[in-house]
Amino acid sequence: MSGPAVAALPVAAEPAPAAAAGRTNAVSCQNVTVRFVTARRTVTALENVSFTVDRGGFLSLLGPSGCGKSTLLRVVADLIAPSSGAVSVFGMSPQEARRRRSLGFVFQEAALLPWRTALQNVELPIEVGGYAGLRPGDPTPRELLRLVGLDGWEQSYPHELSGGMRQRVSIARALLGGPRLLLMDEPFGALDEITRDRLNEELRRIWHETKTTILFVTHSVYEAMFLGEQVLVMSPNPGRVRDIVPIDLPRDRDLRVRETEPFVRIAARLRAILGRSAS
Amino acid sequence: MTTSDVAPALHYEVAAAEAEYHRLRRREVWRRRMLPVAGIAIALTVWATLVHVLKVPPFVAPSPLLVITTLYAKFGLLMTNLLPTAIEAISGFALGNLTAILIATVFVHKKTMEETFFPIVVIINTIPVVAKAPILVLLLGNGMEPKIAIAALICFFPTLVNMVRGLESVNPRAMELMRVLSASRREVFFKLRLYNSLPYLFSALKISASTSVIGAIVGEWIGSTYGIGALIIQAMYNFDSAMLYATVIVGSIFSVMFFLAISVAERLTVRWQAPEMQ
Repeated sequence: MSGPAVAALPVAAEPAPAAAAGRTNAVSCQNVTVRFVTARRTVTALENVSFTVDRGGFLSLLGPSGCGKSTLLRVVADLIAPSSGAVSVFGMSPQEARRRRSLGFVFQEAALLPWRTALQNVELPIEVGGYAGLRPGDPTPRELLRLVGLDGWEQSYPHELSGGMRQRVSIARALLGGPRLLLMDEPFGALDEITRDRLNEELRRIWHETKTTILFVTHSVYEAMFLGEQVLVMSPNPGRVRDIVPIDLPRDRDLRVRETEPFVRIAARLRAILGRSAS
Repeated sequence: MTTSDVAPALHYEVAAAEAEYHRLRRREVWRRRMLPVAGIAIALTVWATLVHVLKVPPFVAPSPLLVITTLYAKFGLLMTNLLPTAIEAISGFALGNLTAILIATVFVHKKTMEETFFPIVVIINTIPVVAKAPILVLLLGNGMEPKIAIAALICFFPTLVNMVRGLESVNPRAMELMRVLSASRREVFFKLRLYNSLPYLFSALKISASTSVIGAIVGEWIGSTYGIGALIIQAMYNFDSAMLYATVIVGSIFSVMFFLAISVAERLTVRWQAPEMQ
């Protein structure tokens, strides 16, 4: 990991100390390898993974299950320490980035606390971790619920919400405090296609409005392309980067873009890359 | 025919259907309440008939009528003896459960403690209550203390096991979320684990509510001069079966009320839908 562990840093809302390399990159991974050692054998989840994401970028991580894309996201979030290689988030170590609340995480299941209302769930991040408080101009929990289209559902409990609504709450929660990096681990994977399409469009809109950098894990070619400005294609056993494909589609897109000729062409290319890696 | 002609007729039909629905519902609710009452009435009748037909002497088994008369005649005596038993049961309940919650908290945070001491807890739990009671009477004398201790011991184990499970079975994603948010262990405990454990805790408390009364009564069996347990022993030695039955009924009514009180507390506390518990 890059940089020594920073001891109990007070969470400051100051911009990150811009290291030379971190000035333009939101995330940079160099030769990241992750091995899980169990009693019986060693599993290599990621091998020599390198990539960078620009500030304000939107990168989709695409690959079959078991290719280590969720592991990669967790390395960036400081939930898993890499066995070797360097990771930097806005020029900081992932640990420092986490302590400074530079990142928000959205899981596949909404992971809402069932005893809290939608609003109280969104408020959780400012109640823990020695959070200093919202900066002036930061959207409030209520405004974030409005941003994700849940006006009027503030007092509802998770069991009263649909799967799609729960995931909206968890996105609002991840956006509280204005994180500069949003990590999303197959957030719409458990939803039906209609809800998923709608949330895809809304996530593009939220990305435009918040100017947050997003890393989005998915195993859907269409979702990866529709959302991302770039798609990082991974292959399994061990998890490696196959290719990084730029998505040359209009910045303002709606779902109809999927019927256009460039979309179909890039989809074919992505599928070809995925097909080659399947062995 | 225009819609305005149809509408009133339709309204009438809907209202009639709703009235019919509510009538059926009321009947169903009433039926569900009355059936258990009928069951109890039938059982009492069978009991009374058997005692009468078989000419069972009153020192072997009383008729239900005799029990009810005794309940009425000895009401004062029964209540004076219920009071100490109730105090012992409730104190034991509070002591046993609080200790269990505290120890579960320690176990969850210090795995070594759990590995070291959990076997002892299991061994103590395998000793039957009737065997534990004399030991505690020797240790704590003949006052309320040994009874409270027995009630507490009986409550302790189910709560400890359930509480450890409730505190540990936190959604792993929620744990990751807390880590991403740099939450301290204290915050994880108070914002996540404690709430997560509440449904587990209440199912243990509901068991404890009735077992704590059993504990107090068993404690009173051994050389006690007061309480429901002592009354049971006296009634038995005196072949006063009506008094014996009346005492048992008073004890179990108290148990049921204690259980209901905990159920109400649960409904007021755990207002969210409990997570899927295996």
